[in-house]
Amino acid sequence: MELYRSHVLVCGGTGCHSSGSADIIRRFNSELKEHGIEKEVKVVQTGCFGLCEVGPVVIVYPEGAFYSRIKVDDVPEIVAEHLVKGRIVKHLLYHDSIDEDEDIKSLDEIPFYQKQKRVALRNCGVINPENIDEYIAFDGYKALAKVLTEMTPEEVIETLKASGLRGRGGAGFPTGLKWEFTYKANGDKKYVACNADEGDPGAFMDRSILEGDPHSVIEAMTIAGYTVGADQGYIYVRAEYPIAVKRLTIAIAQAREYGLLGKNILGTDFSFDLELRLGAGAFVCGEETALMASVEGYRGEPRPRPPFPATKGLFGKPTLLNNVETYANIPQIILNGPEWLQSIGTEKSKGTKVFALGGKINNTGLVEVPMGTTLREIIYDVGGGIPGGKKFKAAQTGGPSGGCIPAEHLDTPIDYDSLTAIGSMMGSGGLVVMDEDNCMVDIARFFLEFTVDESCGKCPPCRIGTKRMLELLNKIAEGKGEEGDIEKLIELGEGIKMASLCGLGQSAPNPVLSTIRYFRDEYEEHIRDKKCRAGVCQALLQYFILEDKCRSCGLCAKACPANAISGQRKQPYVINQETCVKCGACMEKCPFDAIVKR
Amino acid sequence: MKTLKELEEIRQRTLEEVNLRKDRKGTRVVVGMATCGISAGARPVLLAFVEEVKKRNLQHVTVTQTGCIGVCRLEPIVEVYMPGQEKVTYVNMTPEKVQRVVAEHLVNGQIVKEFTIGAVEKKD
Ligand SMILES: Cc1cc2nc3c(=O)[nH]c(=O)nc-3n(C[C@H](O)[C@H](O)[C@H](O)COP(=O)(O)O)c2cc1C
Ligand code: FES
Repeated sequence: MELYRSHVLVCGGTGCHSSGSADIIRRFNSELKEHGIEKEVKVVQTGCFGLCEVGPVVIVYPEGAFYSRIKVDDVPEIVAEHLVKGRIVKHLLYHDSIDEDEDIKSLDEIPFYQKQKRVALRNCGVINPENIDEYIAFDGYKALAKVLTEMTPEEVIETLKASGLRGRGGAGFPTGLKWEFTYKANGDKKYVACNADEGDPGAFMDRSILEGDPHSVIEAMTIAGYTVGADQGYIYVRAEYPIAVKRLTIAIAQAREYGLLGKNILGTDFSFDLELRLGAGAFVCGEETALMASVEGYRGEPRPRPPFPATKGLFGKPTLLNNVETYANIPQIILNGPEWLQSIGTEKSKGTKVFALGGKINNTGLVEVPMGTTLREIIYDVGGGIPGGKKFKAAQTGGPSGGCIPAEHLDTPIDYDSLTAIGSMMGSGGLVVMDEDNCMVDIARFFLEFTVDESCGKCPPCRIGTKRMLELLNKIAEGKGEEGDIEKLIELGEGIKMASLCGLGQSAPNPVLSTIRYFRDEYEEHIRDKKCRAGVCQALLQYFILEDKCRSCGLCAKACPANAISGQRKQPYVINQETCVKCGACMEKCPFDAIVKR
Repeated sequence: MKTLKELEEIRQRTLEEVNLRKDRKGTRVVVGMATCGISAGARPVLLAFVEEVKKRNLQHVTVTQTGCIGVCRLEPIVEVYMPGQEKVTYVNMTPEKVQRVVAEHLVNGQIVKEFTIGAVEKKD
């Protein structure tokens, strides 16, 4: 193998990929040739670095120079200056990555990475996910070798139980127990499955792991196969994740070639193989029983449990189902021992959790923090705070099954149980930050609309109940809310939670119930005062022209599609509230900021 | 099919390569590679370092480059940073001198005094 003096790591995660990282790689290769240094410098495509907000991201080693927002046209400068002459191109560096003396900080000193602990994401942005050798270099498949040659299935189960690992797919069920149930279940044939359906809006934790480190999931599933006694595994991944599907396909082929999948793995008498199953992207297919129906080729509808998959799963056989991130933790636990995971996190939630940060936050992207980190640390230290100096209003965790957490709980250490206690949940790890410009009624409506769309329709509480709740919310947002509507929402919500067949319905009312719990005054304002303080609910808004600011230019009247604005030269224009359709076109056009909505 | 031993070999071999991406700890060898350095022959010096470090499997050493160090007439210039030690600056470097710097300084911790900027300046 060639030894290079410098490595150029270009992010090939979905975020950076869509902003052109493939062209950047091509340009690097051609520029390196141009300068005749293609044998000295290696260009590597990696998975997501986490800081998608400033992508495309390029890191040059050994200096560790972190270039952000790189365009194809920046490449010649980086090659000519940095790679040929060794002069780091300061003006292209990520602003947080240099200290006062303009020296480059090491990656873990950058504020974004400082409070993070990367376990599931350890290889993302470090290795080339399409090269199995690089995974092996970072201790890949070492855990599998250890399990196959030194451990009994019982020992693997004991290790996981002692580590305290809980499922990262949402419910937080103890992983060791689940493995034990499947191991003990009677069956001539058993299966292992991986849930990579990831349907929460805005969530991309699992996608990034599959894109950045597919072998970690393959290795863990093979360990699972050995432990529970399965020789076949399925990865259920949504077809909307083309890069993840491609890298998984490559990784599976490489693992087969190395004899790490297939017959007699590593020369032992254990055999195991994996297949991909592409999901069409229905949220309910992330629910375990619906997922298994879908893998079998049936319509993705849930069924009542028990029987649980551990006794009756795929094709009626005992099946172990875990989430992508859960699997990604397992090789590390085998290698470092259960005490290692025990030493991270809180009393009942061990290890780390990956969050996809989104909404009103500076560092949109992917972060992994120890359990027990507070929301404040995630939002302000790692996430870099809220743009434009706006005020924090709430954080939404757990996606459509979760709830909103208000400012008073910013200092709650986050784990499975604390989040449930404050009316939200861990969910799979979406974290959406909201500021004073977000209307809580509107947020509740957004998530409920999602569940109404995604409800499979099998059970009436979910199918009909959520629809009725949505109608009530629409009514309130349109200014037609009445006294008693809030109570109706609560009653319906509680009923749906109790009576629904699967987790989708059982959690669908959470976004509504939690916003009522913490922001009831906003609901009441909508109903009683017909007012939306955030200025979001269109029906409750009116547009006005400020007389003292209007210069009678007439641009607003020209822009208005409804001819609702009239006026003459030298006199302020006025909006006719009867005909105004509240599209906001006038406000955008006004050069003097004379138009306001309230 | 790979055996355990082959897996370990792949690990060792690839580790050498990806080591570069680990954090910047341990010893750093920095070669001045501005126009002045390059025209004085800095590239063969840099490559000689990379080659030597690889041959001896010195995992804690990274070889990097930088811009003009400032005393162009003494190029190629190489700076060696070892943890807990003052920076050592070698001047008028050649691939041959690199051999000695690696063997004596990087491996055994003995600074090659006669190549350092202090010694050379005195001679002039
Ligand atoms: C509506 C619904 C959607 C779900 N979506 C996902 C998903 O996208 N990914 C996931 O891993 N688990 C999802 N789950 C949870 C799974 O049913 C299951 O609990 C999980 O995959 C188990 O893995 P774990 O023990 O490793 O967490 C969903 C559950 C429900 C009710
Ligand atoms: S996709 Fe590149 S940093 Fe996330």
